[in-house]
Amino acid sequence: MTGPIKLDLPATREDLATLKAGDSVHLSGPVYTMRDAGHARCLAYVEEHGQLPFDLAGQVLFYAGPTPPAAGRPIGAVGPTTASRMDFATPQLLRTGIIATIGKGKRSQAVIQACKETGSVYFAAVGGVAALLAECVVRSDMVAWDDLGTEALRRLEVRDFPVFVEIDVAGNDLYRSIQDASA
Amino acid sequence: MVNPERVAQAVYAGIREAACTLRADVLAAIRADWLDAKVADASSRQSEVLHAMVQNALIGDRDQVPICQDTGTVWVCLELGEACSVSGNVFSRVDFAVTRAYEDGKLRMSVVRDALFDRVNTNTNAPAFCEVRMVPGRGARLHVLLKGGGSDNASRVVMLSPDAGIEGVQRVVLDCVREKAANACPPLVIGVGVGSTFDKVAGMAKHALLRTVGSPAASDAAAAFEQRVLDAVNATGIGPAALGGAPTALAVHLETAPCHIASLPVAVNMGCCAMRSATIDLVTEEGYALEFPAAQTWEGDDTKVHRVIDQSHQAIEEATRRKERS
Repeated sequence: MTGPIKLDLPATREDLATLKAGDSVHLSGPVYTMRDAGHARCLAYVEEHGQLPFDLAGQVLFYAGPTPPAAGRPIGAVGPTTASRMDFATPQLLRTGIIATIGKGKRSQAVIQACKETGSVYFAAVGGVAALLAECVVRSDMVAWDDLGTEALRRLEVRDFPVFVEIDVAGNDLYRSIQDASA
Repeated sequence: MVNPERVAQAVYAGIREAACTLRADVLAAIRADWLDAKVADASSRQSEVLHAMVQNALIGDRDQVPICQDTGTVWVCLELGEACSVSGNVFSRVDFAVTRAYEDGKLRMSVVRDALFDRVNTNTNAPAFCEVRMVPGRGARLHVLLKGGGSDNASRVVMLSPDAGIEGVQRVVLDCVREKAANACPPLVIGVGVGSTFDKVAGMAKHALLRTVGSPAASDAAAAFEQRVLDAVNATGIGPAALGGAPTALAVHLETAPCHIASLPVAVNMGCCAMRSATIDLVTEEGYALEFPAAQTWEGDDTKVHRVIDQSHQAIEEATRRKERS
């Protein structure tokens, strides 16, 4: 295995098309935190307006709810939450312009299909290493939904944030290939 | 009589310690697996992931940053020996301690008011989920577990037919691992409860997570079962962070109990790679009540709080020495 692939965000779908399931990638640039409650709001907006709120088109969603920052730090601890809970909204968000998602765990067949159809990627980040991942966050700004507390929409500026390609634009699924190999 | 204020202080100290400092037994097990993986192939995905977990533990402890952003719901078990009792308001004091610990420690508030009808954050991380257990002996002991949602969601209770036997129990664990391990942040500590009743068996699986990784099982039969299931889990190749390789689990911990002639209740409670718990003695087996200096509670200096558990152990040793001298 060679070193990680460096990917600057916002990325284009052409950039994403070069990635293969299993690749180690370091992301640098903006990502947006959104989890359960945010997805419900975002999907409702999309269904009403036919487009994403807050200029999210072309951006990457990070399924995460951080801890509050200590004094002088941009963020507390931050890491991926279980992605399958967002599966109800993901296909539609990918079709309206989200180009990649970051989380942990398997996705539904509908999400894999939507990645293939739209040329989007699902990245897995390692769960349970949130103190380490927080060191890759250089800035955090509240965008909206601050009434949701940890579930608010935040724009994080990350540098060399480590992820692995879980589902690539061809619909290859790393978890399933690992599972099939052991069956 | 165990003072509710001391229980609350211990809950506070346990939360502050556990949130930022990985359990020593879990860290030792992950570190050993990382060294093995590094020797085999330092550039492998599993080696990279295990290294991140070791680094994460060091950063969390050094900078007092939570080792996982999901600082969990607070599960508390107060074990009381025969000579101990506690007043009924103890758990309202525990909820107060939870709120203080989560505010002071800048931990994440992850509790909603009602599971079905009012999913609004309480913004205090209270209530804690508490139980009192009567145990043999004269001591009193507190367990605090910060349980993440991902690993608890990956858990289950199954009522088997008794003829399913050991094979059936193993199948329940393996099915759970295959379907859900990727969501539970492996390498896992897998708590397995077998027996008792539908409601109690899940508690047994949760209690099994408190046992020190690498410590002996309850019996030779339990040890053989734990090893057999652990080997089968690790043969799945799901691996650290479910990104392939080994280990998928650090340990399988089994608790068994009597049950109805018609039943074989099985529970699996997943513990993640950042499993956070603390056990604090309140009254020693010799009946000595252990005190916390005020400086280590929310009335004192926050920075000293996370060393309170070490000092609890030192206090036990000191009490034992006093008893030996007398």
